[in-house]
Amino acid sequence: MTSVPVTPEAGETAARSTRTGRRVPLSWLGVVPFLAYVGLFLILPTVLVVVQAFGTPEGQPTLANVKALGESYVLEAFWRSILLSLSTAAIGAVFGAVLAYLVVSGPADGIVRRTVTAAAGVLAQFGGVTLAFAFMVSVGNQGLITLMLQGTGLDVSGGWLYRLSGLIVVYLYFQIPLMVLVFLPALDGVKPQWREATESLGGGTWAYWRHVGVPLLTPPFLGAFLLLFANAFAAYATAAALIGQGGIIIPLQIRTAMTSETVLGQENVAKALALGMVVVVGVAMALYSWMQRRSARWLR
Amino acid sequence: MAAVTTELTGQAPAARPERGRHARTARRARVLRGLLLVPFAAFFAVPLLALLEFSTRSTDLSGPRTLDYWRAIGDNPDLLTALRDSLLLALVTSVLALALLVPTMVWVRLRLPKMHRVVEFLCLLPLTIPALVLVVGLGPIYLWIAYFTPEAYDSSPLVLVFAYVVLVMPYMYRALDAGLSAIDVRTLSEAARSLGAGWFTVMVRVILPNTLSAVLNASLLSVALVLGEFTVASLLNYDNLQVAINLQAQASVGVSVALAAASLMFVFVLLFALSFVGRRRPARVTAEEK
Repeated sequence: MTSVPVTPEAGETAARSTRTGRRVPLSWLGVVPFLAYVGLFLILPTVLVVVQAFGTPEGQPTLANVKALGESYVLEAFWRSILLSLSTAAIGAVFGAVLAYLVVSGPADGIVRRTVTAAAGVLAQFGGVTLAFAFMVSVGNQGLITLMLQGTGLDVSGGWLYRLSGLIVVYLYFQIPLMVLVFLPALDGVKPQWREATESLGGGTWAYWRHVGVPLLTPPFLGAFLLLFANAFAAYATAAALIGQGGIIIPLQIRTAMTSETVLGQENVAKALALGMVVVVGVAMALYSWMQRRSARWLR
Repeated sequence: MAAVTTELTGQAPAARPERGRHARTARRARVLRGLLLVPFAAFFAVPLLALLEFSTRSTDLSGPRTLDYWRAIGDNPDLLTALRDSLLLALVTSVLALALLVPTMVWVRLRLPKMHRVVEFLCLLPLTIPALVLVVGLGPIYLWIAYFTPEAYDSSPLVLVFAYVVLVMPYMYRALDAGLSAIDVRTLSEAARSLGAGWFTVMVRVILPNTLSAVLNASLLSVALVLGEFTVASLLNYDNLQVAINLQAQASVGVSVALAAASLMFVFVLLFALSFVGRRRPARVTAEEK
């Protein structure tokens, strides 16, 4: 009963407020659940990392954790991480681009393209523990290839797999597919008409690549390279499953710092290390989005 | 630009002699392409074949073929629990992420276009913040969650869903954004509203059916991601499928390898199915554009 007189009034208020453009406070409610969720499980943890990197476990401000970043073992781990990410990003970008080009130059709906894109989707997404196992059983100490080579008289040790050299090879297994996924749209964006235009102006293959292909593909290539760098730098599961203990790269250093119960206050060192990771990955991703905007101009 | 392109492709007589002249080069290029694909195929196939080979041999590589390791998966209650938990996590993560993102994205399109950039930025932010960093920051928050968890669900990995929704957000956002861009959200929802539908009805009976392939796409991606997730679970000390696979390696590498191969195949089938789901819509769009 009481709601009857209220409704028209509310409707009137709503209508009036629309007219004066003051519906904003109500509309905002629609995004509150999303913002609350993201705030609690994305922003808050990130802020915690940043704040606690500069504090003791008791909450006192300190620079000791960040100073730990200057320790030689941390610097070495950072250096190895960057080396690993740079080398796998460079090799992955080149081979990925070649593979993507092989796919694009084939029939658009052919079996090769279907298989490669589907496989790339799986291999780029589903790394981690499975990947580590796959490499252990193929080129590890008792792996398939190792034993086969030994059978032919070539004595190869599988020990290299558990060092930086091994990580480089294993990371390529998800870097190349990621490059294919990221670079395919750019190659698809290269219109055959551009090539025809070059030819009608008397240019050959060399002229086409020199003046059209390479200049157009450079921004997306560099962008993809940066994405691959960030991807390798942030990867954890594969290395963790492959290398049980110790911290030859930063993600493994963070594991050591997080699980260490012998050294007090190490937890916040983990946060300082994580902060260092955010800075490196953040720079790479910022450059990536800048490159993306540059290539987006002609991609659509 | 688009008009010019369409006109050019439409001129079939001009294109035909071009193709004839390139025929011989094209055949040679095809052979070369096939040859160049071989090393790539080898690099990617060998570890997978080794995975299969290793999981079906009893003792070493010369031993008799057996499916014992695969059968042992079913006999191991720990592995089965982890498998069940991971599947459940994948389901709950997909549902929760959809429930969070679809209404928000629709609402932003209809009522808060100014928020579009903010929502997009927040959704894609997890790509910039490594999962490992999130774990470090989530530590204290998960202590707090564990404090409020009812005792019956103590140390249940299902609480990981909160972190996983964040991890799948960028992929879900992209898939859903593509799906929502393909339909006229405003007209559809205004039509439904003017016929007396509430917001819930608009979401479930108008928006969802019209973006079904995008929603399916987004869900399958997040299922694949959750099934392969190791970082968050292992560092927060919860048992999911990947953590269990890793632990099992200490008892029997063979069983671990079999389970790893099984989960990889499952995700492969899932994403292969997805490649067909995702293909249909863009094809139709380009056809319409032409």
